[in-house]
Formats: sequence, C-alpha cells, structure tokens
Amino acid sequence: MNKENVIQELQALAAEGMADQPEVASVAAVAGPAGEEEAKPQTAIPPEPRRNGVLEVDYAVRGVHVDVQIQGDQVVRAAQILDEAGMTLEAITGVDWINDQELEVVYDYSYTGGSCFRVVVRARISRHEPTIPTVSGVFPGANWHERETFDFFGIHFEGHPQLEYLLLPEDCDFHPLLKDFKGC
Amino acid sequence: MSSQPLSQNQERFELNLGPQHPATHGVLRVKLLMDGEYIVDAEPVLGYIHRMHELMGENRSWAQYLPNMGRLDYLSALSYNLGYVELVEKMAGIEVPERAEYIRVITTEMNRISSHLLWFGAFVLDLGGFTPLLYAFDDREQILDLLEAVTGSRLTYCYYLFGGCYNDVEDDFLSGCLAFVKRLRTRLPMYHNLVTKNVILRQRLEGVGPVSAEMCRKYGATGPVLRGSGINYDLRKNEPYSIYPELDFDVPVYPEGDSMARFMVRMDEMEQCLRIIEQAIAKIPEGPVMAEKVPKMIKPAAGDYYHAVEAARGTFAIRAVSDGANQAYRMKLRSPTFSNLSLFQEASRGMLLADGLAFMGSLDLVIPEIDR
Repeated sequence: MNKENVIQELQALAAEGMADQPEVASVAAVAGPAGEEEAKPQTAIPPEPRRNGVLEVDYAVRGVHVDVQIQGDQVVRAAQILDEAGMTLEAITGVDWINDQELEVVYDYSYTGGSCFRVVVRARISRHEPTIPTVSGVFPGANWHERETFDFFGIHFEGHPQLEYLLLPEDCDFHPLLKDFKGC
Repeated sequence: MSSQPLSQNQERFELNLGPQHPATHGVLRVKLLMDGEYIVDAEPVLGYIHRMHELMGENRSWAQYLPNMGRLDYLSALSYNLGYVELVEKMAGIEVPERAEYIRVITTEMNRISSHLLWFGAFVLDLGGFTPLLYAFDDREQILDLLEAVTGSRLTYCYYLFGGCYNDVEDDFLSGCLAFVKRLRTRLPMYHNLVTKNVILRQRLEGVGPVSAEMCRKYGATGPVLRGSGINYDLRKNEPYSIYPELDFDVPVYPEGDSMARFMVRMDEMEQCLRIIEQAIAKIPEGPVMAEKVPKMIKPAAGDYYHAVEAARGTFAIRAVSDGANQAYRMKLRSPTFSNLSLFQEASRGMLLADGLAFMGSLDLVIPEIDR
C-alpha cells in the first residue's frame, strides 16, 4: 500500500467536496480552512474547526495518522479509496454536536497488512434530517456498525439492507446517545 | 417453528438457536433458516445483555468509568483495563513508572492465558469432550488465585489506575507466576496429546468454517480469527504499546483459515504468553508503581483520541471525544468479537448445523462484549 497515494486521493476527494459548497470554499480561500462557523466552543478538533480537508495529525497524541473530513455524500467514495488500498473498516460511530445542531459520523480505518496506518474519516450531517449513504456495499462489516449507529443516534443510512435495531429492543422509540435524551 | 415446503423432497424451516443455549456461551440468539441439517441462512440477533456502556462513559468521570472496563469482556478484563488507562494517560500526558508497565504486562498476559484456557475447555466441551474442561479449569484456577492476590478480584478486574497500578506485587506473586509458567509448560504438551492429536477433534475442525483473509478484511475481523487466516497482525507487534517492544515473542499465524487454524493460533499463543511472562519477570525493575503527580481531576485537552490494544479476542479500541471536562463527551468502544461474529452469517451458509456450532466456538465469543 502506498500511503502517499491514499492521502492524495483523499485530498482530491475532500477538495471536490469543498467545491460543491461555494460559499465555504470562498471563505476558505481567503481565511484558510476555518470556514464560516468559527464559534464552536466544544468542537475544537486540532488545529481548528474545519468543514473539509485532510490533516496529517500526530499519531502519538491522537492515535490516528490521517484525519479526513468530507461531505456526507462522499463517504462511499472514501470507503472505496480505502478499500482499494487494502484497508479494513474497524468501526463506525457517531458524535452528537448538539450546539451546532449537527451529527458527526466517524469511520475508523486501519491497515492489517503491514506497518500501522490509521485513517479516520468524518462527515457532518444535519441533526434534523440525519441521513448518510451506507458503506455496507463496500465493506459488508459496516452493516452491523451502521445498525448500531442507527440505534444510538437515529442516523438513517440510505441503501442499508436491513436498518433495524441491533442492540436496542426492536420496539424502542429513542436514541440514547443523542445529547437531548433524558432517559426512558 | 414455522415451515414452508419448497419442493416435494425439500422443506425449509426456521430454527432458533438461543438466546438460552449452552453452545452460545451467553445470551446470543441465532435465527437459522435450515434445509434439513444444512444452514441456509444464520442471522445473529444481538442485544440481550446490552447495558449501554457508551452512555455510562458520558455521565461519569474518567476515573469512575474504570470499573466498566472489567465488565465488557469478563474473560480478559485486564486487556480492556489496559486499553482504557493507556488512552487516558495518552490524553492527559501521564507518564507511567517502568515497574508498573511490567506488572501490567505480566498480569495482562496471565489474564490472556486464563481466557484462552477457558475458551479451550468450553470449545472442546461444545464438540462433545467433557474432560479437557476440567483440566483447563484446574490450570485457570491457579491464575485466578494469583491474580486475586494482587488485584482483589477473580474476574471483573479493576486493577490499573491512571499512572500505574493499584498496588505493588509481592515476590510471592512473581514466584507463583514462574511456578505457573513451569506448570503450564508440562500441561500444554498433554493438551496437545489429549486433544489436538485427537482424530475426532481434527475431523470436526479441519476444513470447517473456512474464513479467507479477504473476508476478515471486509468484516474487520481481528485477533486469532485473522491470524488463523494467514495474516500476521498483532497490535503488540504492529502498533506496539507498553513494554511489548522490549520483549521477545512470536505471533503464531496459520494460513488455513479453518476452525483448526484458529484453534492452533490460540494454543500457540498461550506458549508465547508464557515466554512474555518469563522475560518480564526476569527484567522487572524495582521502583514505584504509581506516577507521582496524577491529577485527581483529569481534564484532557479538547479533541478526539483513539487507542487500540490487542485483547485476547482481537483489537479492542476506544475512541474518546473530550470537550475538556472531567468526563468524556463521547466514548466509543470498539470490541473485537462484534466484528468477528458479523462474518458468521456469510461464512456459515451451507454448513451443517453441528459444524456451524463448532465454527461459532472457534470464533471465541464473549457476549457482554458484543452487546456492551
């Protein structure tokens, strides 16, 4: 696996996502990757909050080598890039950024074929209409991870073959990891 | 049980395996669609002992979350303890004294052996051999006694703290571990003579439940399942943590991908654990077992952090998101058997039911860790 190629492909993908959002891209071109939503006290992902882009982060501190932020509709392409590179999908999860009214979907990839290489792919989606395409077509192992994320956050994975409750009871009507969940 | 005839001679029917079935070793239910004795489709149904550990991570402090780690995989709890304290130490920048690192490795590896011994006994029991279970429990009991003396518990350990270990080990413990190493070295050849060379066992396992390396990659399978499919991937070597780089041990890998390969990986791993323990005891330095300045309130810098360790069943990883408070904003636990079991549905198609159970046993499931 050529790590540089993977990073380049992911950078190209993230740049495409920025082009899709002209207002963010224009701000980014002037003011750097900070984007328009600067006032995010809780989301201080080093070095600063960002809308898109690929960061090579300090593995010793963060535990990952590459941190990729892309648009929600690009996660399948990212999975394909990493699949072709021979990487494994280790986990999918969500984070509820309730102050921004956004949900973050986080994909952790690792490489089992040689030297350690970890990539985290993240996408932010609206909290009111949380839908994102499924990557279970690329990695069948994503099936359960996505169902679990659906359980906990109510994120709807479009095209998922069986989006039912996995860990929670089949008749439950709440998503416990949303920050406004008050117990049942 | 419902049945719908397909043709004159064939009849498919649904069969529920579990949730209360001895062969599933916990409350796992598998919805089977059977064609006679053959599995057409097997869908695991999870969640019977789901406790929402991840939400608990968000509503208690970093230190208060420590005991939860012993309750995920209750058979190799110390690996989970280790993964969590190493993550928080990484987040808060806490240095761990060397003696504590050695104690952590010795106790974790003892725990790994006890986990593999229980799997060995229970697995052969699934296949119809009762005696090995009693032998395995005899050995495992020695480990539990040793660990009980230092950790205070026999199963759901909570021994490591941020910055070190709860208390120092005594010489009795170290000499006891060495005596155990000696003992197990005489017992493992007996297990191989009694069990591994047994023709019935070999016929039940060889060629059964083949899992290719590619399937492991697609499903994120790790640990002995992955190493039984020919991939040399062990986080203790590939992503070294603690003092593992200073110790000399091998990673057993078998390329066949069948249940026998996974069996052999775990049997050989026990021998390697013995080597690790022996070396660690020979090298263990004197000194403190706790870092001097560990803040009472841990407030890691905002951001997200990832840490993975090799538990007895594969990669256990935590993704913690901190917002700078004394508790996590988000705590994701990535457990190995969750991913290992997810390939069962695809891999068990067309298998005989009895082989399916042997295959499931070779995956070494611990349900509380799948359900979390």
